[in-house]
Amino acid sequence: MDRPTAAIGDAPANHESIVRLVGVHKRFGNLLVLEGISLDLRAGETTVIIGESGVGKSVILKHIVRLLRPDRGEVHYRDQRIDNLPERDLAAIRPRFGFLFQLGALFDSMSVAQNVAFPIREHTRRKRHEIDKIVKEKLSMVGLDGIQAQWPAELSGGQRKRVALARAIALDPEIILYDEPTTGLDPPRADVINELIIKLQRELGVTSVVVTHDMTSAGKVSDRILMLYQGQFIFDGTPDEIIHCQDPRVRCFVEGRCHEEDLKSLQVKG
Amino acid sequence: MLTAIGSKTVASVAALGQWGVFSWQMLRWLLPGLVQWRTWVRAMPLFFEVGNRTLPVIMITGTFVGLVLAVQSYDQLRAAGFEDRMGVLVTLSLVQELGPVLAGVMVAGRVGGALTAELGTMRVTEQIGALRAMGADPIRQLVVPRFLACLLLTPLLTFFCDMCGSLAGWFVAVMLKGIPSTQYWYYIAYAIETWDVMVGFVKSVMFGGALALIACYKGFHCRAGAEGVGRACTESFVFSFIVILITDFFVGTFFSGLFRSIYGFKSLV
Repeated sequence: MDRPTAAIGDAPANHESIVRLVGVHKRFGNLLVLEGISLDLRAGETTVIIGESGVGKSVILKHIVRLLRPDRGEVHYRDQRIDNLPERDLAAIRPRFGFLFQLGALFDSMSVAQNVAFPIREHTRRKRHEIDKIVKEKLSMVGLDGIQAQWPAELSGGQRKRVALARAIALDPEIILYDEPTTGLDPPRADVINELIIKLQRELGVTSVVVTHDMTSAGKVSDRILMLYQGQFIFDGTPDEIIHCQDPRVRCFVEGRCHEEDLKSLQVKG
Repeated sequence: MLTAIGSKTVASVAALGQWGVFSWQMLRWLLPGLVQWRTWVRAMPLFFEVGNRTLPVIMITGTFVGLVLAVQSYDQLRAAGFEDRMGVLVTLSLVQELGPVLAGVMVAGRVGGALTAELGTMRVTEQIGALRAMGADPIRQLVVPRFLACLLLTPLLTFFCDMCGSLAGWFVAVMLKGIPSTQYWYYIAYAIETWDVMVGFVKSVMFGGALALIACYKGFHCRAGAEGVGRACTESFVFSFIVILITDFFVGTFFSGLFRSIYGFKSLV
């Protein structure tokens, strides 16, 4: 269940590793966010990274697609090391990733159709009617065909995330990265997103990485769960294994209990 | 105190270096982008934003500056017997100095702040990150068209500013002070040379490019939150204003020296 810290994050020998982080350190000012984490993402699997807010989960996602560069350590995509590549060379690799940002990050100045079509126009030379067809197909996959002419400002939070997901899958990526996909949504709408993650994994066979602190979502969509705590992974296992994990730090998070120190700090002196 | 001054100096030099790198990256995308129709397609809405929406403010500014120059100078020129040369004073001031500076400042205020706010909001809402994540370069997508719009339209706006100011001067001179219209235009044609127009043009191009780069840089590097975006907008205008004035001094001095070394001194009276 709880593996030795050095091995946490590594893939078993019989699994194909699609993305590999090796000893990644990241510091923002005086704050050390990642303290030499290693992670192997297995092809076709949905990996969920959980952890408290501000612990650095999204920072890991941004390292995978090289939106951030590690202070130390390496990031590999398949057999290629990408952490030291210049920005221009990354343009060829990034279309292999789909990134769903926490707030959707839809372009305000573009309609829904233009948003979904953007990566297609940017990376292919398809004709307009072909692009329209792909946009329709991707929006159908997220259950939103027919809203092509609407603008991001006219959409609800759930719709924005689904349109952003349609945009993320527009180029049929190998890996989809989800940054807090259910945050800010009511439970039924959050579940729609969960179902979409499962559906895309089944239908497209993509490798998914989900960053969340929503344990319902984590339990539902994951093949594998990792927990990040104070810059290091302290758990790596299946959804069943995390339920039976005895590490108090993991238990607190899974059960939604606050830590003893936090409780003490809340006590009012009589 | 010395430590504070030292750290502020280091931070300012570092920011200047970052701005230099940012400008260099923009230039690397700009040159090949000039022959790509997509660049111009992206720039078209910005031409409208920068040009059409700034034109009325520029024309009003130019008109009133021309009126004030004419009214203020009339008595002194009349005392010296040169009132018929009022057009030269008004138009030369506008063409070489006031036109480019006023147009630059108005574009910085009207457009620069808006560009910083737009790009800052895009940064805060991770839209710039989304562009990078999709393999699209944000500088190519967002900065190059804005730079082109400011670079090309500031000279055009300067022309309108000069024209309105000159016509306002004509109104004061001819309609209010009774100077013959032909004399007003004759002395302008005599005194204003291609060189003067070229100096004003070069200045306005430099102001347009500089303010676009400052506005975009501030938007790309603003801090998170509404306060961060607001502060970036203020800094964008203040820096643009200062850079316009400093550039005006150095470019003016350079061209003035160059003119004297080529043509010698030229009297306008």
